[in-house]
Amino acid sequence: MDGPPAPAIDTRGLTKRFRGGQFAVRGLDLTVPRGSVFGFLGPNGSGKTTTIRMLLGLIEPTSGGARVLGEPMPRAARQVLPRVGALIEGPALYGFLTGRENLLRYDAADPTADPATRTARVGAALERVGLGAASAKKARVYSLGMKQRLGLARALLRPRELLVLDEPTNGLDPQGMREIRTLVREVAAEGTTVFLSSHLLDEIEQVCTHAAVMSRGELVVQGEVAELSAGARGRLAVTTPDVADAVRVLKEHGLTDVGADADRVTGELPQPAADVAELNAALVAAGVRVRAFGTERASLEDAFVALTGEGFDVAG
Amino acid sequence: MSRAEADVATGTDAGAGAPAAGAGPAAETPGTPEGSGTPTASRTARALWSLGLFRGELRIVFRRWRTAALLGVLAAIPVLVGIAVKFQTRGDRQGAGDGPAFIADVTNNGLFLVFTSLAVTLPFFLPMAVGVVAGDSVAGEANAGTLRYLLVAPAGRTRLLLTKYATVLVFCGVATLVVALAALATGAALFPFGDVTLISGQTVSLGDGLLRALAIAGVVAVSLVGIAALGLFVSTLTDSAIAAMATTVGVLLTVQILGAVPQLHAVQPYLFPHYWMSFADLLRAPAIGSAIARNAGLQALYAAVFVSAAWARLTTRDVTA
Ligand SMILES: Nc1ncnc2c1ncn2[C@@H]1O[C@H](COP(=O)(O)OP(=O)(O)OP(=O)(O)O)[C@@H](O)[C@H]1O
Ligand SMILES: [Mg+2]
Repeated sequence: MDGPPAPAIDTRGLTKRFRGGQFAVRGLDLTVPRGSVFGFLGPNGSGKTTTIRMLLGLIEPTSGGARVLGEPMPRAARQVLPRVGALIEGPALYGFLTGRENLLRYDAADPTADPATRTARVGAALERVGLGAASAKKARVYSLGMKQRLGLARALLRPRELLVLDEPTNGLDPQGMREIRTLVREVAAEGTTVFLSSHLLDEIEQVCTHAAVMSRGELVVQGEVAELSAGARGRLAVTTPDVADAVRVLKEHGLTDVGADADRVTGELPQPAADVAELNAALVAAGVRVRAFGTERASLEDAFVALTGEGFDVAG
Repeated sequence: MSRAEADVATGTDAGAGAPAAGAGPAAETPGTPEGSGTPTASRTARALWSLGLFRGELRIVFRRWRTAALLGVLAAIPVLVGIAVKFQTRGDRQGAGDGPAFIADVTNNGLFLVFTSLAVTLPFFLPMAVGVVAGDSVAGEANAGTLRYLLVAPAGRTRLLLTKYATVLVFCGVATLVVALAALATGAALFPFGDVTLISGQTVSLGDGLLRALAIAGVVAVSLVGIAALGLFVSTLTDSAIAAMATTVGVLLTVQILGAVPQLHAVQPYLFPHYWMSFADLLRAPAIGSAIARNAGLQALYAAVFVSAAWARLTTRDVTA
């Protein structure tokens, strides 16, 4: 057990094919380092929830396997799952029970949860997600965002080593989204690994240290967020009356996808990144009168489009 | 096969293996400020592991409006029967020979309303109520999505199933008691109480009669064990609570119809309602136990078969709802 700790999640060739259907997840090799905030990205239907269900032992992989917190799943479910908090495809609640009673029920389902501290832990979890005041209301009358918060509270009933959150900001208002991000950072700061699925790219960019991108059930890329967005090339934009010359010079310096309209020329910077100051000097030396000159940093979305060669759309 | 084995291990060990789960990983958990990591706390947790879930199950069954409605209907039946008997005997006495068992004795002794009510509700109303609760038990949770959260808690598939079955059995007992108590109260309000004349002709004291009524309620509750297991099994087959409840009740009706077709007498002894009316044997002196024992045996057989089937299904099933 010495040496570096096992990854929080480690899958090898994880594959799921639903009865009579196409592959929902295919040959997934995913490694989530301990202590990371890991964004699991992909368009609708790309297999995120299916992967999460396999990780948590809810569905059996067709082939391949997964280790969660170093233990094989689903074989070691009863040792692993008490250390994992989860939100899977939205919260599910007993409408005829109050928020507090819902959490008591779920906590009692965990045979390793101490009944003596149950009430206190439930109260703390409710406070943590801002539901303290609404805890005595029936869950039936909760708004979508309140239900989502209660689902998060359930995931936080005990200190966890791993938090698996499937689209946690679904249904939340901007304030609620901010609170979730704060919560995720807080939990991560305590040493919990957070595995977060989403199709909101900027959400991932804001909180995640690592990310993986799924497309049609297959893993496209995984790595640190900084590396991923660095991988996508930025664009250079020049505003000038001498459009034709500018285009020529920029092409000579290796820019691709160079386009021009009226008085603006844009192009994709070459890789490895050229020194843009040199480019500016070259333009001026060629007699191009430059009115404005700047680069647009690549976002994770550019990275995604670059990687998949497609938009962020649902695969059929 | 490997899936079944893996899940079996997960489920079965949830109880027996709880010590390991309680002491091992929880103690290793970095930053576990609360008590679950300490040996004493985990021992307490172990002692109460099943009780907490069981109490939760009871709560979600009996806190539900639908359960109250079912029990309300069951309680209303003895009242209606009692009123009908009272009303009819005032008018003409012609129908005294027909109707459900013991109904002719009710006017002389209110205690017989208990026997009549159980005889009236046992063929359909009681098993139907049990079928609704059992059919909903797993499918209802799958329907609402709460099943996945119970499983990742992790409740353990075997532990959850057994807890659910135990809860349905509690409902069988409660439903029977509701009928019996409503009948007792109605009988006491509308008719005289006194010594009880048995089927075999002897007369026993009212106290003896009450004891026999209690024993009969027990036998009736045991009669529901089979349909409870059947409903539980159907409940593991689908994610639709309505479909599970309807199927269970449909099976009950079909079996009751098959039981009434004379040409099928060869299979009838294997149908779960076959010995249901055996409870009347407790109103003889000496009480005859053979049919009652055969009833209990048949119910146990159904319970064993269908709980096993439910277990095989739930422990290998993909939970996608
Ligand atoms: N129970 C099921 N039976 C058959 N196919 C399924 C089932 N569940 C999911 N699928 C299929 O598997 C694929 C992946 O679905 P999944 O729910 O994992 O996507 P997702 O990435 O979570 O999408 P979203 O962003 O919309 O939540 C889809 O094509 C879906 O149709
Ligand atoms: Mg999903």
